[in-house]
Amino acid sequence: MELDNTMLARILTSLTLGFHIIFAALGVGIPVLISAAEWLGIRRKDPAYILLAKRWVKGFTVTVAVGVVTGTCIGLQLSLLWPSFMKVAGEVIALPLFLETFAFFFEAIFLGIYLYTWDRFRNPYIHWIFSIPVILGSTASAFFIMTVNAFMNAPQGFTLDGGAIVDIQPLAAMFNPATPSKAGHMIFSAYAASAYVLAALAAWQLLKGKRHEYYRKALKLTMTMALLFSFGTAVWGDLAGKYLAEYQPVKLAAAEWHFETKPQAELIFGGVLDEETGEVKYGLKLPYALSILATGLPDGEVKGLNEFPEEERPPLFVHYLFDGMVTIGLYMLVVPLVYFYYRRKHSEQGPRLLYRAIIWGAPLSLLAIELGWMFTEIGRQPWILVGYMKTAHAATTADNVGEMLILFSLLYIFLAVTSSLVLARMFRNKPAEAELSGGQLDV
Amino acid sequence: MSLELAGITVLWIFLYGYIIVASIDFGAGFFSFYCKARRQDHIVNGIIQRYLSPVWEVTNVFLIFFVVGLVGFFPDTAYYYGTALLVPGSIALVLLSLRGSFYAFAHYGARENMLFHFIYGVTGLFIPASLATILTISEGGFIEVRGDEVILLMDRLLASPYSWAVVLLALASVLFISASFLTYYADKAKDVRAAKLLRSFAIGWSLPTIFASFLVFLSIRNHNPQHFDKMLDASWLFLLSLASFLFALALLLKKRGYGWAFVFVMLQFAFAFFGYGVSHLPYLLYPYVTITDSITSPQMGAALVIGFIAGLCLLVPSLILLMRLFLFDARYVQGKPTK
Repeated sequence: MELDNTMLARILTSLTLGFHIIFAALGVGIPVLISAAEWLGIRRKDPAYILLAKRWVKGFTVTVAVGVVTGTCIGLQLSLLWPSFMKVAGEVIALPLFLETFAFFFEAIFLGIYLYTWDRFRNPYIHWIFSIPVILGSTASAFFIMTVNAFMNAPQGFTLDGGAIVDIQPLAAMFNPATPSKAGHMIFSAYAASAYVLAALAAWQLLKGKRHEYYRKALKLTMTMALLFSFGTAVWGDLAGKYLAEYQPVKLAAAEWHFETKPQAELIFGGVLDEETGEVKYGLKLPYALSILATGLPDGEVKGLNEFPEEERPPLFVHYLFDGMVTIGLYMLVVPLVYFYYRRKHSEQGPRLLYRAIIWGAPLSLLAIELGWMFTEIGRQPWILVGYMKTAHAATTADNVGEMLILFSLLYIFLAVTSSLVLARMFRNKPAEAELSGGQLDV
Repeated sequence: MSLELAGITVLWIFLYGYIIVASIDFGAGFFSFYCKARRQDHIVNGIIQRYLSPVWEVTNVFLIFFVVGLVGFFPDTAYYYGTALLVPGSIALVLLSLRGSFYAFAHYGARENMLFHFIYGVTGLFIPASLATILTISEGGFIEVRGDEVILLMDRLLASPYSWAVVLLALASVLFISASFLTYYADKAKDVRAAKLLRSFAIGWSLPTIFASFLVFLSIRNHNPQHFDKMLDASWLFLLSLASFLFALALLLKKRGYGWAFVFVMLQFAFAFFGYGVSHLPYLLYPYVTITDSITSPQMGAALVIGFIAGLCLLVPSLILLMRLFLFDARYVQGKPTK
């Protein structure tokens, strides 16, 4: 691997995105859970749910701050690291980027209102109502950004005439074929990962031997959401597979190590590829599964890698990224099912192993998001704008990209450590039981 | 109005908005730290916290909005500025990131940490200095295009008197704008001691602001005579700016009408900023990028304008609600329970 400007710019972008996406996903998902908890609390007149919402909000302020600043970083880094790409993007796909700032603006305003008006209204539903624009704003932000990423995968809405870009249709560029599957898959996975992160906090307390119903209620609510949203993620993941088969077959083929175009294609899970012969050893082969994923039919024909010139194929290790993402996705579906099975069978007390599995769900669900992003970004290579612009032609020509990489690495390490310390300190000496019985609900 | 003129006007208004709200925020951070270091923090920090808490996130959005809008309306700027500003832009980003996250950390987590306050206060001065430098760069002479490469001449930038005059102006303006707003806010909160202290800051920074403005005038004459001549054509705007400043100063000295004083400060900067902007046209970057040859296609332009209007319809009522709840709600401003 040569550390030229392109590679350095790619590493720095992936570092920023990889760090930002954790906080972005939580920023999109956690408001949904906060809103649900507050609504339940008001409706059932149950202070436990209100406290849940308040404690989540308190932690959320820290993650949202890191999300905002790293989002600012990626927003400006796009122009700093990929100026040629942003020039084209500015001409064709500027609309959703522009709208995203409005959506975020909207979210920021109402988050400020939500945070500081807990006890300000006689009717508690008025305060709850303010959580809705927060959800709308953050989810709309995610949607707009995903349309831009979708555009990079399935560019349309313009014509190239010589070197000039003409006949621009901003809406067609925004609503390209990749938009529905990408946006839905990302939004649901953000919701699901957020549910897992909050579920893990409750499971952790239960594992430590806490018996307060506060934690049980928290766990039940978050597991319900986790099940719902993991299911949504999986359904949309299936749509994303069908999108790839139709519009970016080379990406799907690389993810699946699928070389020969054929019907009734089997799905290979794991394994080791012999690059010389194209043979896969030790892999688990599921007959018909790839055809079903790609077309919905067991006989469906799936295009293989051999149809594409070698210089237009992405690196083949994306197979592992894809498999890792899918495996975790299944895990995220199974764990809540087991949880509800135990709730039904054994009333309240689940096995310790189940709590552990839920706790693991938090880092794993975030890892799945990281793997998904690595898959979609590396799987798009060598293109930055499929069919139009190669990544190597888009990177900045400025010096010092390496130094900037070091600078930002330090920043992210620093932010990660400090935000963790602040979060830990925030809750360490403030157990929920004390806040509930003391009746002091200040945020 | 032509598309390019409409686009740059919208962007300039947002940049002006950013300058005002960000200055309040940057200055507040610095005053907060300064008072803490001098153990006077009990006087002003309540006021500063109550104002900043609900709005800090909103400030950042103005900046992002400007950058994204600039790339959208004038895509060429992404290429030139993006390439040239890699290093200074990244440093400003790191400072902005530290500042934004430290505000949240200090506020929600570890209130009494001096280091947090220090970083929060000092970045409040470095960020405006580095952002103002971008306006300096737009005057030309600091960016060179060699073949495919766009190069920022860092040494020339650091040696330029004009560049330092702009930095000075940025720092003085930030502290002046911030102090005059906070004086008004403290007065509204009926916090007499805080208002007195903040008023003394406002008066203290008023003359340095004007002094720095004159320095900028003098040095741009050498640096970019073409721009200077056009500024003279728009001199009525700068005179109005000076008049607004004098009104504001008079009100501050007379200890009354702090709200109007702040309005005049805003007018002072509005006139000067738009005078600067109008005379800067048609160039976005001397001499490489103008608004007419870098403007985006009419289709994208129309889409952006429609998106902008739709966005405003959503944002303006929301902002009014935010201000009614936190800025103009006397009980909240005074820190009393609001129920």
